Amino acid sequence: MFLPILIFIPLLAALAAGAITSNTVRPWIMPLAASLHFAAVLTVLIVPAAPIWGGWVALDPPGKLTLLLISTLFLICSMYIVGYLRYRTERSNRVLIPCLLIFLAGATLVTCSQQLGLMWIAIESTALSTAPMIYFNRTPLSIEATWKYLLLSSVGIALALLGSFFLVYASLANNPHPTLLFSHLVRHAGADNAVWLKIAFVFLLVGYGTKMGLAPMHTWKPDAYGEAPGVVGALLAGGLTSLAFLAILRVDRVCIAGGLQTYTSHLLIGMGLLSMAVAAVFVLGQKDIKRMLAYSSVEQMGILALGAGIGGPALFGAILQMINNALTKGMLFLAAGNIHRSYGSKSTDDVHGAMRRLPLSGTVFMLGFLAITGSPPFGPFVSLFTILNAAFSAHLFLIGGLFLLLLLLVFIGMGRTVLTVVLGRPLPRKQSGNIYRDGLLTGLPLILSCLLVLMLGVHIPPFLSHLLHQAQTFMEVRP
Amino acid sequence: MHWSINTPLVIVLLLNLFMLGVSRMRSLIYSAAAQGVILSALPLLLEKRIDVMIIFVAAVTAAIKGLLIPQMLHKALRDAQIKREVEPLIGFLPTMLLGAMGTALSITFAAYLPMIQTRIAALIIPASFSTVLTGFLLLTTRYKAITQVIGYLILENGIYIFGMLLLAAVPFLVELGILLDLFVGIFVVSIILNHINEAFSSLDTRQLTALKE
Repeated sequence: MFLPILIFIPLLAALAAGAITSNTVRPWIMPLAASLHFAAVLTVLIVPAAPIWGGWVALDPPGKLTLLLISTLFLICSMYIVGYLRYRTERSNRVLIPCLLIFLAGATLVTCSQQLGLMWIAIESTALSTAPMIYFNRTPLSIEATWKYLLLSSVGIALALLGSFFLVYASLANNPHPTLLFSHLVRHAGADNAVWLKIAFVFLLVGYGTKMGLAPMHTWKPDAYGEAPGVVGALLAGGLTSLAFLAILRVDRVCIAGGLQTYTSHLLIGMGLLSMAVAAVFVLGQKDIKRMLAYSSVEQMGILALGAGIGGPALFGAILQMINNALTKGMLFLAAGNIHRSYGSKSTDDVHGAMRRLPLSGTVFMLGFLAITGSPPFGPFVSLFTILNAAFSAHLFLIGGLFLLLLLLVFIGMGRTVLTVVLGRPLPRKQSGNIYRDGLLTGLPLILSCLLVLMLGVHIPPFLSHLLHQAQTFMEVRP
Repeated sequence: MHWSINTPLVIVLLLNLFMLGVSRMRSLIYSAAAQGVILSALPLLLEKRIDVMIIFVAAVTAAIKGLLIPQMLHKALRDAQIKREVEPLIGFLPTMLLGAMGTALSITFAAYLPMIQTRIAALIIPASFSTVLTGFLLLTTRYKAITQVIGYLILENGIYIFGMLLLAAVPFLVELGILLDLFVGIFVVSIILNHINEAFSSLDTRQLTALKE
């Protein structure tokens, strides 16, 4: 009963937002819908909801975690966006706000889709609803970024559809009454159709990997994150990528049930290390702060793939890292958005001394950098350590060593850019007029996400670690 | 039974080659529309029992792929006032040859894959692979944004052909959902196309190279 409500809250809010004519009133629908959605998500997590629509819509353990994560991130961003749009009164938000809400509805549907086709449709809807958001600034550069994003992600998602079809085709051999339900696919994935399963996994990994931003399909990421408003960057880097990772986990489970554990784990580890390496190269000397965050996101996606590839406790770490990454990327992008607004630039040529000019945003940006690169006492430290520990206890010394080395390289690369941004003396202001200052609405979300990331580093609440253990067991299927 | 499926698929394969060699944008859009309509009729030939739902889905597919989407593309072409030529990165003849090679490779490659259901026409898998390859060729070797969109449509047609093997498994609701996503996708793309044209006074993707490392 509750699951459809979760999807209908943002959809109705999107309709309402389309009907409201005032550009200043419309943003307030965001915090309203986000709080209702968050409350409904908590209810669903406490009182388990029964599967509906013939089992098509139900929550599995990784789905629950992703849903909670998306709802939390959206709530944080929804507060921020009201404050942000006060500085963007020259632009109509009549497209932006409904698109954001449709994105939330699509994301919710992804987390509770137990049917391959339905999940694909939901993921495609999140991809389409994000395109107009990237394009909010209407500059030639943002059009270019939107075009590249649309083209690459459409092709990626088309390959994922082909991969989904291959996966179903593989199940035809042992199943006289084939369906697209994950539970049936897992049951009927036998070893005698391994060729089709293998092809299917490659296509699905490339397809959903494009959405995640795994190298070498990551090229849309710096462009899109660089040109989109900071809050959209937060939702893309924290939300969209987590959804794609969830999709990969679900199809990986089908392949593991088909006896392909070694095959999929090799592919995931390879893609993971490649993504981390690509990020380490391109983050070095990056002058644009948002593009730097995009490469950091490529690195994070690499870490998730690597953790999922190693499996067992590393998978626990990877899912925890998915949550940590989303919240930390949230705080980084929101802080970067504030810095961008204040300086009118996102290049390290112009941005110095952010800690002096914007004490809150500058400090949070610095803390976010420390957190995302795995420094204690923040959340990512715990999850990265779990993955590393799992790699070494599985005797994967080379992989563990490379993982550490690449983490270090990204830390050095990002550090140079971040220190230039936050330290030093700000240049005198060039612009005049509506000058940005940290306020309640654009400051509180930063503090909130920072506190959450800190909490996850110091103490993981029991209900969360329970869900994480459930997710880990869920992925351990026998062939 | 087999010839009734294989004949349309052969026409689809020939259309693939034609689309790689054609230089007029208008002919390209018409060919893509024709391919979509032919493909939408395939389920009617494959299913043993034809009910209202199958006819409905086929009609909706034909309407979207044969009418609505070509209409949007024609409108984008008119609004853009661009030279109605395709502008290839690699010449028409070489891409046609590449397409023909791709088709030959698809047929050989598909022969190596285990067929899970042998009762269905053997041409489905190679035709699907070949159409997907054609879509990729159009996407990568043409400069104009509209041609790339058509490439994406052909790619989707290729996936649709593979879907013919799964008619029993894929529910109509999912088929309609996929179709709706395709439609909305092309709709969003055509809006963006319009803005690209306004901002750059052209639909040449060579203009879109400001963002790089």
